[in-house]
Parts: sequence; C-alpha cells; structure tokens
Amino acid sequence: MTLLGNLSRGTIAVWRRNADVFFKTWRTNFLPSIFEPLLYLIAMGLGFGALLDAAGGIEYRGQQMEYIRFLAPGLIAISAMYGGFFECTYGSFVRMHYQKTFDAIVATPVSIEDVIAGEILWGATKSLVNSAIVLMVIILMGWLLFPAVLFTSATVLLVLPVIFLAGLMFSAIAMIFTALVPNIDSFNYPFFLLITPMFLFGGTFFPISQLGAAEPFAYTLPLTHASLLIRDFSLGLTGTIDVLAVVYMLVLTALTFYPAVYLMRRRLVK
Amino acid sequence: MLMPPVVVARDLVKRFEDLTAVDHISFEIEQGEIFGFLGPNGAGKSTAIRMIQCVSPVTSGTLTVLGMDVREHSREIKARLGVAPQDNNLDPDYNVLQNLTSYARYFGMPKAEATKKADELLEFMQLTEKRKTMIEKLSGGMKRRLIVARALVNDPDLLILDEPTTGLDPQARHLIWEKVRELKRDGKTIILTTHYMDEAQQLCDRLVIMEAGKFLVEGKPQKLIDEVVGPCVMEVIEPDGHVAEEYLRQQGLQVERSADRMYVYSKECQLINREFKQRFPDIYSIIRPATLEDVFLKLTGRRLRE
Repeated sequence: MTLLGNLSRGTIAVWRRNADVFFKTWRTNFLPSIFEPLLYLIAMGLGFGALLDAAGGIEYRGQQMEYIRFLAPGLIAISAMYGGFFECTYGSFVRMHYQKTFDAIVATPVSIEDVIAGEILWGATKSLVNSAIVLMVIILMGWLLFPAVLFTSATVLLVLPVIFLAGLMFSAIAMIFTALVPNIDSFNYPFFLLITPMFLFGGTFFPISQLGAAEPFAYTLPLTHASLLIRDFSLGLTGTIDVLAVVYMLVLTALTFYPAVYLMRRRLVK
Repeated sequence: MLMPPVVVARDLVKRFEDLTAVDHISFEIEQGEIFGFLGPNGAGKSTAIRMIQCVSPVTSGTLTVLGMDVREHSREIKARLGVAPQDNNLDPDYNVLQNLTSYARYFGMPKAEATKKADELLEFMQLTEKRKTMIEKLSGGMKRRLIVARALVNDPDLLILDEPTTGLDPQARHLIWEKVRELKRDGKTIILTTHYMDEAQQLCDRLVIMEAGKFLVEGKPQKLIDEVVGPCVMEVIEPDGHVAEEYLRQQGLQVERSADRMYVYSKECQLINREFKQRFPDIYSIIRPATLEDVFLKLTGRRLRE
C-alpha cells in the first residue's frame, strides 16, 4: 500500500511534462495515426475485403457484414495497444536511461512512484490520442467512401473510455519490461513474443472463433478483450461477454501496475 | 542566535550487496557554510550526497536534513533542497527556459511565478541570451550553469553541487566559483564535491576527505594543510639513480616518490633544502607552500584508483 501512499500531484506534473513535449510537435506526431488506418482500410478493405465480400462477407455475432466493418474496430484496438506499449517501453526507457529525466525529477518533491504512475498515465493518453484519431479517420472514411464503417450506434462513445483503459493496461505491462530489460534492444523480445501475436490473433483481422480449438487461448491475450469491446461498442452489439472483458482489463491493469512500480523502484532506487 | 545544523549524520552507513560505500560516518553541516566532500573516485562522496538528498535509502545510522529525518520526510526535505548533479540530466526535449519552468512545476510552483524566477536565474547565471536555445546547442560550461540555475529554482535552503566544474575551461570555472561565493554571501548552505583541490581550498569553509567510505580527515582547509603537511613542501627531481632519495631518507624525512619526482614534507623545509643544495648542487629542488592537494595525495596515496 505504500506504493499508492507515495503518489501525489507530482504524477500530474510528470504527465504534463510528457504532454507538453508531445504537443509541441503535434503535427508530426499525429501523422502516423492518420495515415496508417487509411492505408489499412484501403488495402485490407478494398483489396482483401472485396474477395471476402464476394463470398458473402464475414459473420460476427450471428450477423453477416462487410469485412471492412469487422476490421475497422480492430484497427482502433491495435493502435491503442501500440500507443501505450511503445510509449512505456521505448519512450520511457529513453527518458529513464539516456536522458536521465527520471533522475532529475526525483531530486524534486516528486517521488519515483509519481514518475512511474505519470508515465503510465501518459502512455494511456497516447493510446487515447492515437486511437481517437484512428476512430475519427474511420468515421470520416465511412462518410466519404465506405458506408459500412460509418458507426452510428450511440455506444460508439464508449469506445473512448475503453481505449483509455486498454492504454493503461498496455502501458503498465510495458513498464514491467522497461523495469527489467538490460538495454533498449531487448524490447525486441516482448514485441515479437507478445505484441505481434496479439496483433495477429487478438480478434483484430479475423474473428477468434476461426481459431477453433485454440480459441480459448485467444482469450488470455489482453488485446482480445480490448478489440472485443471496441468492436462491440462501435457496432452496437453488446452482451455479457463485454462485462467480462471490462473486468479482465481492470483486473489485469491493477495486477500489472503494482509490479511495474515495484520493479521500477528496484531498478532506480539504489 | 545559534542556528541548528542543516545536516546531522550519526554513524551513517550505506551498504550495497557486496560493498559498504559509506561506512559509519558522522558529521554536521552548519547553517551558511560551504562544506566539501573530497576523495578519490569510489570513495563514497556521491553515495553520501545521494542519502542527504533522499534518493538513496539509508542502510543504518541516523541522518537529519533541515531538522527532518530522511526516512520519514523525503518529500518535505526535497522541497527545500537544490541539487546540481554530476551528470548532465537537463531535459533535451526542452529549451533553456522551459528546463527551468518545467522543473519549477515539479515543486508545484505556479507558471507565472516560475517564469519570473527562471528569468532571474538566467540573468544570474548569465544565460539570458540563450533563453530559447535547445539544450544540445549549449556548450559544456553553459550546461553546467543551467544545472546550477535549475538547482536554485525553488530558492533552496540547502544547495548540493556535485562536481560543479568538472570538464570546464578556466573562465567557466571561475564564473561558477564567483556564483557559489555570491550564494554563500546570501546565506545559503552549500555542499560541494570536487576533484579539484584548488577549488576546495578556495571555496570550502570546512571539508572532509573520504576514502573507502570513511573520513580520513575533517576540518578547515588551511588547518588541514598545517596539520597534515606543514607549511611547505620540498620537491626534488631526480630522473635517474636514488642517491638523493637515499640521502633524504637517511635524514629520517618523510619522502614520497612518484616516478622521477620526490616530495618531502617537513616543517624544516627551508633548512633541509639549503643543506640538500650544498650536497647535491646538480639536482633540481624547490620549496613551495603546501596545498590541499598535498594533503589529499599524502592521505590517499599517489597510485591510480581505477
């Protein structure tokens, strides 16, 4: 409990530091979030999706739909995952190790717990910013080009808090790796052992029911729950499983936040 | 009125897994003085300082800073400290001014006040022209000045300067010294670590020389010189042979040799030198006043540490 006892408004000061730096160059920072979903929608939606749609589209939750409608929410979930995970691995490691920013900050009344909590909060904010842009691009594309991705259900607003929660979860997981890796190249391991499998099998490009006997394994992946919620809220198809997904994400966030702070403390306080 | 000491350490110990970096040291730092920690690399100076600044937990012993226990009140203590670390940890994502204002935010200072304070400090450290410059464009001396300015953002009651002039050219060093003296005149208590003995001799009211986690000596620079070395040192250059060395040792003198040079520490330097010159007119010898460097080398030896 002392971990939480050491949190203060210093957490916000750390968050503000990162936010100020990011928004100083917001134009360049926003570009990938704008262009990536565009490219994916065109390549997968028009190119690949057309093949599937010729055969009747794709079935999700008992509904037939165009492939692009299934895919688009997956793109939002992917960008939420990468946003937080990148920020709290490479971003935090650079600030911690190369720039010595954390050392400078803990010489002030801000505690190391504040620093880590502020970094995780910022990672979640990066997820939110990136994914909100992706969502807007998708809806704009729905309006201009692909009516299938013009999400109109009111539950689409719930996508934003889900993104933020997913951001917290992926940032906390990332921070554990940041506390453990010996050098920046070691981040290759969590990326190809954890992030890439999730990117492919986390209910992003195809329904996990396609995995057959391996489907239960997909439910162990954090991204599966994020993409499930984001898709269901985007399409307005909600059910009990969404409640379970929220619980999963809340629990995993709490469970990873503590070791993240503990391990970072162990790494930095000598 | 007698002011309570700013730092009080009793039997302070810091142990890492297989190393005792600080080994039962006790000291007090008084209000308004400049207190120096000297010692070879790895002596435990930085570790001692990191405990004072509440970023490294104390293994055992007691340590109070500004009247507060470091174990209980790290946040309150840190709010009143200013730290200029050895490593450059300025924020490269910000320009000069933003480095100060963003740092002020960590102390909870409102923006308008922070900007005003930052401009004052830039003026004080002669960096006003570099206000909007990014950190990577600054010279080494400017970076050090900015780090000192940053340490003053919260108007600290205790200022910690960890090797403030390492790697600087003479002009930049003198500017820092001047500013340190100015801060002392304004009543600031300052802790200084340095490898430069002339710096310590010039700036410190009192200092300790550390080795292997312990204090070898503690006191005022001049007093240490008088006590440990005496008023003067005789230097003898004898490139080949040991005739002079043997002679000096036979006189029962304390002689230290490093390659071709010998140092003779004695209160009777003048006399010894006169006799020496008569006996060895061809060997170069000279008398010079003793410095803190002699104290340091005499106590910690001449061999390289790393």
